[in-house]
Amino acid sequence: MIDTPLQFRDPALAHAMAATLKRLVEQLDRPAAVMHVCGSHEQAIAKFGLRSLFPKALDVIMGPGCPVCVTDVPEVDEGVLLARQGVRLATFGDMLRVPGTVASLADAQADGAKIDIIYSPRQAVEIARNTTDEVVLFASGFETTAVATAAVILDDPPPNFSVLSAHKYIPPVMEIVAEMPGSRIEGFLAAGHAAVITGSAVFEPFVERNRVPVVIAGFEPMDILAGLVELVDLILAKTPRVVNMFPRCVTREGNLAAQEQLWRVFRPIGGRWRGIAHVPNGNLRLRDEFAHVDARKRFTIDLPSLWDFAPPALARQCICGDIMAGIRNPRDCRLFNRECVPENPIGACMVSNEGTCKIWHLYGGVPDLEASA
Amino acid sequence: MNRVALKQGGGGRAMRALIEKVFVRDFATLPQHELNGGVGISAMDDGAAIKLGDDWLVITTDSHVIHPIFFPGGDIGRLSISGTVNDLAMMGATRVLGLTCSVILEEGFSLEWLEVIQRSMVEACIESNAPVVTGDTKVMGRGELDGIVINTTGIGLTRTLVRDNGLSAGDRIIVTGSIGEHGLAVMAARHGIEIDGDLLSDVAPMNSMIATIVGDVTAMKDPTRGGVSSALHEMASKSGVGIVLDERAVPVLPAVRAVGELLGIDPLHVANEGKALLGVRAGAAQDVLARLHQHPLGRRAAIIGTCVAERPGSIVLDTGFGKRLLAEPEGEPLPRIC
Repeated sequence: MIDTPLQFRDPALAHAMAATLKRLVEQLDRPAAVMHVCGSHEQAIAKFGLRSLFPKALDVIMGPGCPVCVTDVPEVDEGVLLARQGVRLATFGDMLRVPGTVASLADAQADGAKIDIIYSPRQAVEIARNTTDEVVLFASGFETTAVATAAVILDDPPPNFSVLSAHKYIPPVMEIVAEMPGSRIEGFLAAGHAAVITGSAVFEPFVERNRVPVVIAGFEPMDILAGLVELVDLILAKTPRVVNMFPRCVTREGNLAAQEQLWRVFRPIGGRWRGIAHVPNGNLRLRDEFAHVDARKRFTIDLPSLWDFAPPALARQCICGDIMAGIRNPRDCRLFNRECVPENPIGACMVSNEGTCKIWHLYGGVPDLEASA
Repeated sequence: MNRVALKQGGGGRAMRALIEKVFVRDFATLPQHELNGGVGISAMDDGAAIKLGDDWLVITTDSHVIHPIFFPGGDIGRLSISGTVNDLAMMGATRVLGLTCSVILEEGFSLEWLEVIQRSMVEACIESNAPVVTGDTKVMGRGELDGIVINTTGIGLTRTLVRDNGLSAGDRIIVTGSIGEHGLAVMAARHGIEIDGDLLSDVAPMNSMIATIVGDVTAMKDPTRGGVSSALHEMASKSGVGIVLDERAVPVLPAVRAVGELLGIDPLHVANEGKALLGVRAGAAQDVLARLHQHPLGRRAAIIGTCVAERPGSIVLDTGFGKRLLAEPEGEPLPRIC
């Protein structure tokens, strides 16, 4: 390496931290499972080969941490139907290949629908300003991204701009996973960037109710290892509480201005997350006072017209749901890296850069390579 | 109807599958005895080698398409000469007997641009001491072609033939310089990402550098499309060895690392146009490295890996934190969108 390694990427420190983790897990004297709920955590774990540092007895599971993957089939269908009506749909590139009931947005695009790939909600507003077409922002993402959508809605967008919200809210789904029958999850690693917005306090009621610890961690190798050490320490001590291990960015209150904008524009409602379950308060929808920018109110979207359809046989073998619930991993799936590859995804987890299957594919498909060559 | 997909030209697994299935299968059935035990199409090496007396005649061909045609650090002209000179060098033919140059132009293409491209080609010819000896020009209608395509074919002579399948367990892997610059410079230009500091393509003819070490290599390949990852996978699988790659030893410029992280693209998967991967016997590694360091193109050369008998065809990446398998890219990597 020519540049100086970042402090957060110091392998010697990482090995020392891994040794501490191993010692703590040995003290625990039984296998334990913890879950993180963020694609960026899985990215870092896979990219740096961290799984080979984790103790065998500690199962680090990726939960429903990919917003694109949990976007439900009918939500994709709504986007497809809008695009087919001739509106210009602006969305993130990851959304393009997510399978809907009969078609993905990529299929709609191949059939002539106008779909713009954007990097931020603000670009969708720019597109709307430069056209007379109706422009719909098909917005996906957790509370981190929803804040950016709320900001453009509050910033006086042009009249031909509206939003189809598939935004999701993470805290409620943690309850679902914690309460799932057969759940082995004894602690959660929460995503640092989401907590920048929500603050660490948002997890306190969850810990009260479920009696499992939550540790907020950043995304560098040292962040993740230190987060796991803290988590196992809390499990050992049987003192479940919220610990903020990302204090360089996260406060207890979070970003109050962003929260104010988020909840001024959105309200949480229950809805299905693909492959997971119905999640009470898990979906973010526009409040009534923003009906004028709500694509669901502005356009007629005839969903049942798509639903006279049986899913292809391959899709029925997909175990994305179990993977996102942390019950199984990609290697348990007979489609993984065979029929299901990023170029031809069968399930949503192979579509997004934050999906477990896509990440495992990208980084060799064997995340826990033994230390020997 | 089955159609050709873009990824089948991306330098990864998909492209190799297409070549094997469509071209090599049929061409390989034709009599190739004139190669006299040399290298023919079924080897899918950088070029072919035909025995001529005590020497090998090496032939290689490459069609160059790139968007944008002018990019930081080079243009399609420099690329089309360097690419073919390098393919010859990778088989040991560091002295170029001659190059052909075929240009297909789109109606309306700027003559001024064409002259700039022509000057770049001449410069690269001077650097590599390679004469263009014949050529061809075609013009196609507007929209039938994206601007310009340049094909160059090269022939060279060598006493020692180098292959991409000659690695054995214990060999060290050397990269002749820092990686990822060409691919990321072009991608940044294509997506309009502005970067402070220099991110320039490394496109350059390498034959004068390769000439200094060619007698000591067991295998050689230039990591163009598909990057270091794709090239090492090919070398490992053809040689029947595994490779343990030390990620921390791989030279990567800070600008490349930064843009790679920004776009979500691993420099190991990105094209280079002025770098070579060499296999050398362990005992010769330091000496080869010292000679590379004396050449302007080889200043950042480094030993980055070791060949092992285990896991033939696989690349094990030691990140310093832990180990994982390096995936072989399927097609060209796309920038992360979200």
